[in-house]
Amino acid sequence: MPAATWPCPSGYAAHAVIMGPDTGSRLLIVPALFDEGHKLRRFTLEVMRRLVGAGLGCVLPDLPGLNESLAPLEAQTPETWRGAMAAAAAHFTCSHVLAMRGGCLVAPDLPGWFYAPLAGANQQRQMLRARIITAREAGREETQDGLLAQGREQGLELAGYRLGAAFLQSFGALVPEAGNQISTISQDQLGGAGLWMRAEAGENAAQADALAAIVAVALKGQG
Amino acid sequence: MQNDTDDLLRAVLTDVLGLKPGQAAGFTAQTGLFGALPELDSMAVANLLAEIEDRMGITIDDEDVDGDLLADYGSLLGFVAARREAA
Repeated sequence: MPAATWPCPSGYAAHAVIMGPDTGSRLLIVPALFDEGHKLRRFTLEVMRRLVGAGLGCVLPDLPGLNESLAPLEAQTPETWRGAMAAAAAHFTCSHVLAMRGGCLVAPDLPGWFYAPLAGANQQRQMLRARIITAREAGREETQDGLLAQGREQGLELAGYRLGAAFLQSFGALVPEAGNQISTISQDQLGGAGLWMRAEAGENAAQADALAAIVAVALKGQG
Repeated sequence: MQNDTDDLLRAVLTDVLGLKPGQAAGFTAQTGLFGALPELDSMAVANLLAEIEDRMGITIDDEDVDGDLLADYGSLLGFVAARREAA
């Protein structure tokens, strides 16, 4: 898969998957966050392949601290992620954005689409609950409020992700802000259940077709 | 409305576990879940519960979530049905 590096404000080498032409409309794809990012990785790439088939360029950068990124996750905040995505959009001269799920919370200021956007509180709640379940199996009792209070002071490991205090101080209050240049694509428009909820990552060609078609048709319509 | 709890729950499990259509129809009360299905780890359980809450319009307290609740299909169905009745 064609990859490139770009000057990420984190100071660490940052990778991006590059597909399709670098002229005309070019989409910055902001990946879903944490576990959902893994679950949706293949789906995201399948959507990109279809967009390239429609003649569109796509760039999928890593968020600092996630996927292949070597930047320490603990040092990241939603603001550093938003800055990194804006830097990627500028470097790769992206004209539009397609943000997936929690990625909508850190999308740069470009026209485009939010796919099944997720509030920070909901994503955080899932991760806290996963930790509580694991702790209970090990005979430890933890609560969401207790964990959050601790995390906002000294950081917290959630579902295998070491999050910094600054991250936890702001992430839970974030809601997707789809301004008038953003169209929201709901899961209902794709048919079937979202692949992010799968216990094991899966794929769905029909859903990838549907998501890519919504974006490609709208972009082609803009000429 | 409670009568569709069984169908709804099988549909959620189908989507979360990526089962083939109809496969969840073979679940009995004794079909093991947490501990029996390796892919059902704690993150997957959190996803499963969120989806149940969403589709059934109920709230599940963290205190209620333990190995017993998810031991088998029967225990999960019993819990969800009781929650829907109370809602």
